[in-house]
Amino acid sequence: MSTVHVTPVRTYLLVFFALMALTFLTVGVAHVNIAHHLPGQVTDAINDAVAMAIAVTKATLVVLFFMHVWHSARLNKIVVWASLFFILILFAFSLADYFSRGWLGVPGK
Amino acid sequence: MASEARPAPLAHHFDDYDQQRESATLGMWLFLAQEVMFFGGLFLAYTVYRWKYPAFFALGSNQLDVPLGLANTIVLIGSSLTMVLAVRAAQLGKARQIAGWIGATMALGTGFLVVKGFEYHHKWVHHLIPGAGFHIEGTTDPAAQTFFVLYFCMTGLHALHMIVGLGLLAFLVPKALRGDFSAENHNWVEGVGLYWHFVDVIWIFLFPLLYLLGRHHA
Repeated sequence: MSTVHVTPVRTYLLVFFALMALTFLTVGVAHVNIAHHLPGQVTDAINDAVAMAIAVTKATLVVLFFMHVWHSARLNKIVVWASLFFILILFAFSLADYFSRGWLGVPGK
Repeated sequence: MASEARPAPLAHHFDDYDQQRESATLGMWLFLAQEVMFFGGLFLAYTVYRWKYPAFFALGSNQLDVPLGLANTIVLIGSSLTMVLAVRAAQLGKARQIAGWIGATMALGTGFLVVKGFEYHHKWVHHLIPGAGFHIEGTTDPAAQTFFVLYFCMTGLHALHMIVGLGLLAFLVPKALRGDFSAENHNWVEGVGLYWHFVDVIWIFLFPLLYLLGRHHA
């Protein structure tokens, strides 16, 4: 007796082709200077924002479907969220330090 | 069913196979949460140094080969598909299919590493290895090496994970063919599958961050 969820092959193929489409999209869009095509003052970092949005979408598809988190026990979902939470702490606190250096005009601050 | 040689049994400290499988999956996810932090340090270093040296990062990134990086991305995502089909075969208790899909995953994973090897060799030939012999067109500032330090650390740690993954997959093939995995207990296949997909996720972030970041200036 077993209650494991078996996902249809069609779902896996759909996820695979979505990942392929997003891969080609991210390569294509990387060669475009997006800021030049938008009105007003848009920061150059818009290219990074688009690239990261695509990467996060791809990673989410892999985690939800290939790694079965969609059909996973709640406890596993908590671990996934916890890992994201801790990476957020790592980035938020470290970058708050690095990005604010020199603001006070005091050596080391 | 009787022909299935010796499926891994239910360990005495679990109530049933579902509980055993959920425990194994949870353990693997806890390991992967630790792996997220392991790679997280490198992604943080990348963020800080890229913010400090944006021009050197764009310059360095444009030395990488986008078609090879794209090809490797396709190969690696393809290997995630074959891996998940191996796990699916395990869920259905089909021993030969498990071995076949694992073999396909190993072939794709090896292909990825071979391409990576050619890329590393290209960097070596073009003096792009950080150190005394480093030389890049456009600047003599040694800080331009920072991008390549992070490129080799991040792709190197990623490649190391792939080598470990290939070893784990090779270990599973004879077990699969012997009939060790059943619909009730295929925790090894599920666990190695989760690890393999995690390595794929890391590459999904490495590819745009390393290969594509400066292309819109080129």
